[in-house]
Amino acid sequence: MSRLLLVNGRVIDPAQGLDRVTSLLIEDGRIAGYDAAPGPHDPLLDVAGRIVAPGLIDLHAELCEPGREEDETIESGTRAGLAGGFTSLACLPNTEPPIDTQGTVEFVRHQAARADNCHVFVLACVSKNREGKELAELGTLVQAGAVGFSDADRSIANSDLMRRALQYCLMFDRPIFNHPEVPALSQGGIMHEGLVSTVLGLSGMPAEAEDVMTARDLRLAEATGGRLHLMNISSAGSVELIRRAKARGVAVTAEVCPAHFAFTDEALRAFDANCKINPPLRSADHVRQCIEGLVDGTLDVIASGHAPRAREKKMRELDQAPYGMTSLETVLPLVIRYLIQPGHLDWSAAVARLSTNPARVLGLAGKGSLAPGCDADVTVIDPEARWVVAPESLGSKNSNTPCLGWEMQGRASHVIVGGVLKYRSAADR
Amino acid sequence: MSTQVAEWAVVPPGWKRRHLLDLESLSADELVLILDTAERFKQATDGCRRRLPVLVGKTCANLFFEDSTRTRTSFSLAARRLGGETVEFASAGSSLAKGETFVDTARNIEAMNVDVMVVRHRTPGTPHLLAQNVASSVINAGDGAHEHPTQALLDMLTIRQHRGRIAGLTVALVGDIAYSRTARSNIWGLQKLGAHVIVCGPSTLVSRRWSELGIEVAYHLDDILPRCDVLNLLRIQFERQYTRPFPSVREYALLYAMTGARMARAKDDILIMAPGPINRGVEVTPDVADGPHSVILDQVTNGLAVRMAVLWLVTGAAA
Repeated sequence: MSRLLLVNGRVIDPAQGLDRVTSLLIEDGRIAGYDAAPGPHDPLLDVAGRIVAPGLIDLHAELCEPGREEDETIESGTRAGLAGGFTSLACLPNTEPPIDTQGTVEFVRHQAARADNCHVFVLACVSKNREGKELAELGTLVQAGAVGFSDADRSIANSDLMRRALQYCLMFDRPIFNHPEVPALSQGGIMHEGLVSTVLGLSGMPAEAEDVMTARDLRLAEATGGRLHLMNISSAGSVELIRRAKARGVAVTAEVCPAHFAFTDEALRAFDANCKINPPLRSADHVRQCIEGLVDGTLDVIASGHAPRAREKKMRELDQAPYGMTSLETVLPLVIRYLIQPGHLDWSAAVARLSTNPARVLGLAGKGSLAPGCDADVTVIDPEARWVVAPESLGSKNSNTPCLGWEMQGRASHVIVGGVLKYRSAADR
Repeated sequence: MSTQVAEWAVVPPGWKRRHLLDLESLSADELVLILDTAERFKQATDGCRRRLPVLVGKTCANLFFEDSTRTRTSFSLAARRLGGETVEFASAGSSLAKGETFVDTARNIEAMNVDVMVVRHRTPGTPHLLAQNVASSVINAGDGAHEHPTQALLDMLTIRQHRGRIAGLTVALVGDIAYSRTARSNIWGLQKLGAHVIVCGPSTLVSRRWSELGIEVAYHLDDILPRCDVLNLLRIQFERQYTRPFPSVREYALLYAMTGARMARAKDDILIMAPGPINRGVEVTPDVADGPHSVILDQVTNGLAVRMAVLWLVTGAAA
């Protein structure tokens, strides 16, 4: 019988409404209980001053394998996940080939098991070859272990396909993740269309490109009863549309990535390709509404939006450089800096959006909570830790982030996956 | 000759920049300093005709990743009139198409010991990327729809020569504002020097957001024409547009071409400018382009003076 006792930590579990300093007992890979007295031979982990949270779950991580190993591998991506405090990652299927067959789903799960870092849950393609034309074999993909479906950064632009996908998934009770964007409206865009793009002469991606697709998706979800998850929401219009749809009872969940509450389009003034992402960094009014949406629960989930890109790709001219930002390891400090310190969210609300809610979106039984009997996926957060973002300090293969060189506050100090301590921060070794 | 060159031994103390990437970040004093320097060069070289060897031993590389005739020729000639050497690198296509990144290309050129790189590229910010990655000075000769600093400087020099000042004048930039780098550089330069700037063109090519920066936005040329001291007629940048922003060239010309008939509504002393290359019959009709109000060819000569000034200033500031 393997046991581990975390003592003196502030245990926060929104699923149980729990927030108090106590000890947490882990036994045989499961949460065994609270306030346990240590036995004479129990391994103890003193986590005084730390937050003990259910393991963080990311709904939006590109692991890039197979096919884009220069950007990331499942091994490096899950290592970055652990360093960011994540015990589970939902990986996107924008790989080469895309994850649209039983074989590719199994390959990814096999590589994740071999890496043995954190859990990986597969979001498989909605459409064959991610082409947006025909449905992939969703039933087979479910059997292979896919937990949901997405065409990743490609919006499902064909409304008939989206409608069918939502209908067809009713059988499997799996969500369809869509990246809401009308391609014709944002074609060739490099940044948010606004005053800054006007001044810089960079082609714009208007917020309407997102709003219009969000409205379509919500209407299709409402009509079909299918489960819709909207990825990387970044526009004020989308937030308002989702808020109203939820009030009507539409089965929708939505996520926002730190990039969209931490940065504005002003960041593009330096022409830094690391700030080129899709959806783009938007103007301050949109950022405010994204934060408002997180506060009032319109946006359920904070997802990393992890999109590592090889340095040689990001060193190209802005129009040639691919979209994407490495994000797994900066989620926690950006949440602290932009949401917790200004008083938008308290720790419990933040943990709900980083663990409890993402587990619900994917229907992951035994995850997203520290209730007795749940999987012992636990993230210990040192909210005071100071560290500097440097390429060599990141687990990810690439460091395409505008946060390079920033001094951050807060990070995961210990990450326990299935009862096994998988990660300790450098300061805690 | 030697005493004359001695006057050019050091750049004015007000100039500290090693690069000229945009006009947005320049102060009014710096703009005036460049214009005054260009004027000095124009006089010292008998209207840019004679040599003035102040850049002897310096090498200027022209990196043109986008087609250009007049800007490239103008920079080359300016460098050679000042006694510098020039290296030409032209590639209309993307550097990527050849399997080399832009930065690698630039570093290769720099390894040939160049002192200043003049770069034109279809993508905004590319000169800024270059300036971060090479040791030599960088001059932006046009980056996509972002800026074209020397074009705006020569436009301003031309206005100043003809009208004696820039402050208080009403200058309209007409046409494709959305995709025009000349427009953006002119907006910053003219605004800093106290002109009233109007951007005028089809509503799909003139963002209302310019008004947030104190620029007047107009859609009807005929309405603003009687107030204008200067018209700068911008070329339609068909090559940058993803979708046609107006129904036809014919309709554009009907609404915006500067014609003899429209001249009747203009001030008697209006200046007609165009950064070129001009599409005769689209932005401007031949009678106006070649008429008494046109200063289009003065702009070309002033281009040489401005580029001499800028080459000398940035290489002089370089440590």
